[in-house]
Amino acid sequence: MTAAPPSPQLQGAAPSLARLHEWVVTVDHKRLGIMYIVTGLLFFMIGGFEAAMMRWQLAWPGMDVVMPDEFNRLFTMHGTTMVFLVGMPILLGSANYLVPLMIGTRDMAFPRLNAFGFWLFFFGGLLLYFSYFGAQGLYGMGSAPDVGWFAYAPLTERTFSRGHSTDYWILGLLVSGFGSIATGINLVATILCMRCKGMSMMKMPLFVWIMLIDAILVVLAMPPLAASQIMLLFDRSLGSHFFDPQNGGSAVLWQNLFWFFGHPEVYILILPAFAFVSEIIPVFSRKVLFGYPLMVAATVSIGFISLGVWVHHMFAVGLSPAVNTAFMASTMLIAVPTGIKMFNWIATMFGGQIRLHTPMLFSIGFLSQFLFGGLTGIMLAVVPFDWQVSDSYFVVGHFHYVLFGGLVFTIFAAIYYWFPKVSGRMLSETLGKWHFWLLFIGFNLTFAPMHVSGMLGMPRRIYTYQLERGWEFWNLLSSIGVLFQALAIAFFVWNIIRSLRKGKPAGDDPWDAWTLEWTTTSPPPPWNYDIDPEVRSRRPLWDEKHPEDPDWKYE
Amino acid sequence: MWIVLTTSVITTTASAAPICAPGMMPTAGVPSMFDPRSAPAEMILDITWLVTAICAVIFIIMQGLIIWAIIRYRAKHADGDGSEPPQVYGSNPVELAWTVIPLLIVFVLFLVSARGIFEIDKQEPPAGALEVTVVGHRWWWEFDYGAQGFTTANELHVPLTKDGESQAVFLTLESADVIHSFWVPQLAGKKDVVPGRTNHLWLQPLEIGHYVGQCAEYCGAQHANMLINVFVHTEADFNRWVANQQRAASQNNDAAKGRDLFLSTACINCHTIRGTVANGTFAPDLTHLMSRATIGSGIVPNTPDNLRNWVWDPQTIKPGCDMPSMKLTKDETDLICTYLETLQ
Repeated sequence: MTAAPPSPQLQGAAPSLARLHEWVVTVDHKRLGIMYIVTGLLFFMIGGFEAAMMRWQLAWPGMDVVMPDEFNRLFTMHGTTMVFLVGMPILLGSANYLVPLMIGTRDMAFPRLNAFGFWLFFFGGLLLYFSYFGAQGLYGMGSAPDVGWFAYAPLTERTFSRGHSTDYWILGLLVSGFGSIATGINLVATILCMRCKGMSMMKMPLFVWIMLIDAILVVLAMPPLAASQIMLLFDRSLGSHFFDPQNGGSAVLWQNLFWFFGHPEVYILILPAFAFVSEIIPVFSRKVLFGYPLMVAATVSIGFISLGVWVHHMFAVGLSPAVNTAFMASTMLIAVPTGIKMFNWIATMFGGQIRLHTPMLFSIGFLSQFLFGGLTGIMLAVVPFDWQVSDSYFVVGHFHYVLFGGLVFTIFAAIYYWFPKVSGRMLSETLGKWHFWLLFIGFNLTFAPMHVSGMLGMPRRIYTYQLERGWEFWNLLSSIGVLFQALAIAFFVWNIIRSLRKGKPAGDDPWDAWTLEWTTTSPPPPWNYDIDPEVRSRRPLWDEKHPEDPDWKYE
Repeated sequence: MWIVLTTSVITTTASAAPICAPGMMPTAGVPSMFDPRSAPAEMILDITWLVTAICAVIFIIMQGLIIWAIIRYRAKHADGDGSEPPQVYGSNPVELAWTVIPLLIVFVLFLVSARGIFEIDKQEPPAGALEVTVVGHRWWWEFDYGAQGFTTANELHVPLTKDGESQAVFLTLESADVIHSFWVPQLAGKKDVVPGRTNHLWLQPLEIGHYVGQCAEYCGAQHANMLINVFVHTEADFNRWVANQQRAASQNNDAAKGRDLFLSTACINCHTIRGTVANGTFAPDLTHLMSRATIGSGIVPNTPDNLRNWVWDPQTIKPGCDMPSMKLTKDETDLICTYLETLQ
């Protein structure tokens, strides 16, 4: 980073303090982006540790690694962390870092709102984890929430959830949720208003299009969550009975409200994965993205349909057959635009010259695993099948194929791809390949057997199980997979630390790529571009590198 | 590959599953949805095979395309040779094809599944069905046989036939506290047990046996040990079981001391023993405790040792459950268990 002169108040202070001060007061979209992503990765380590504890406990029937209550806190915190404190910040962070660069502008539309959003997220996350110390639990100790990440009522009512752990869950997510809404609005405004000269909507990189839809979904989906959390807070603190069936409230109301947020949220999390691979696969296949206009249409329709599928989380609730049938139809319908995307990525690879560098390896891992997760998703949409495997380990396997095999793999792809731009140095390819292969093996070893244990009758969220049920082999496999994953993450961390100090200098455009961010220096200066860029097509650098055959002739 | 593995595991466990001998406690097999023993579970499995087959074919084709692309179009040199491949921006006919074909597949799948929903999800009891009300409690199951006039817990007994005809069972699901979910995979799909709602689930057993399942909606500390045991009997065995359940509790005077002790402790605030002053409803009905194979909603077999440990301190067996240690002495525990053991 170019060191800015220390601010007047801090003259004479230690340089490390001055540097910390710069980061704390920054409104630079790139620094905020980095802070989002680094915080997200730290929470990823914590959430991963929680998962590893659970897998240790479940490796064999009747294990005594953690107490039942502690196990319930582990899966609650694992789910909450991974969705709200890992997925959300990394997607907001990468949009923050890349969108202004890709559309050739200097910063986000509202830089200070941007910083505000980050700090709300950051302190919301800390508030949630402070429950381990602050929330009143047994013997005066703290206790983390233990109601599950979707916090079904009436388990969250004061009758069943004593102490304050559930209040911490509400407040932590409420605070960070407002941050997400702020950043969502900021992204929409930035993308609509601040594109460089020549960049019409249909000349934006697909990444930017997907992030636009994603930000709109954030703005539409987060407020219902905030509203229902406030209602729950009223129930717990002010004596209202929205979700309390014993006093005329409705347990199903919470489910409707939560999943009205929760299902768009799933797409909010997976759309960035689509955004990353839509940039990476073309560059490493050396071909333009196949079917850009249809990809835009598919993104818009996924965003639209995702607002109308939430009841597929509730097929076992006992709603009428007509309701279940209608939501089965909408859920199946969303497979069509998603399928279009798969086909278009594969078509992009066909006829290319595929370079299997680490970002591409992770992207291909995404294609295979997301394909699998998407197909089990179609299976789950089939209501009668869902009656068997809903809330079983089959579902756990399914959504980890989507969110881990899908989103997390593309996050790694994105880190390997854009790290040179952010830091000015390349990550090690050798360590990167170790990272990929170990994670690929470990991931599949852990999550593929879960489909089997689920179909053999194993419900999710149980802290132990009986030996005679025939689940022990599959659970042992799942737990062994964790060792591979942990090793893979160790390679990743080592790669980051080592490459920051000794990595090969990247230069402006190490991958021979085509979008605007590769025209500026690595890392980019605080003002991004010395001269305001001007584009004539979706791939300005292609036009520059191939003046004889520019894109704008064909778009 | 794992699908093949599963199927093999399922078939081996299925063939090993024992048939219930009358009067004996049969061991249950793996609660696998691929080993259905009841009409709705079978109907679900038929649909499952169809959707699995369709998805497997799509998976193989798409995965094949991905692998083919990597092998066929991998660059000869790691960083290319300076040339770029032809740029193809898209193709309307091709893109139309992979919009329309998935739409058609999804439409077929929708029709099949929709028919399944309306066939399986019965809101009214089938004619002549045995009706049982299931009440989910943290963390045990109450089974009310209303027409037969008794209540039992944790172990559901149903007949295979009635008057020689196949007997349907119609369950009414209610909750006393939070949301639970009733799931015995070999007999039917799951249905949530929601406070303030009345749900229904329908079984039609096809074979005598012992089937296991458990609560499938997270409900608190002991969600993992909210187990369900279902016994499907011959008609004669079932009628014998019903006749026994309908009796009031045994008044065996050999255990009079234990009975007096039991009736003088707080046990009676939560437990019912019909024919005594114990009439609490927060906890399982103990009138015929010894007719049950397990205690603690299935967590341990109902043996004298387990029963003593349970009465002494349930929290060591099922940490977090609502039954406290009653701070009895060893002698008192023995007396009470001696009494409980008379409740045949």
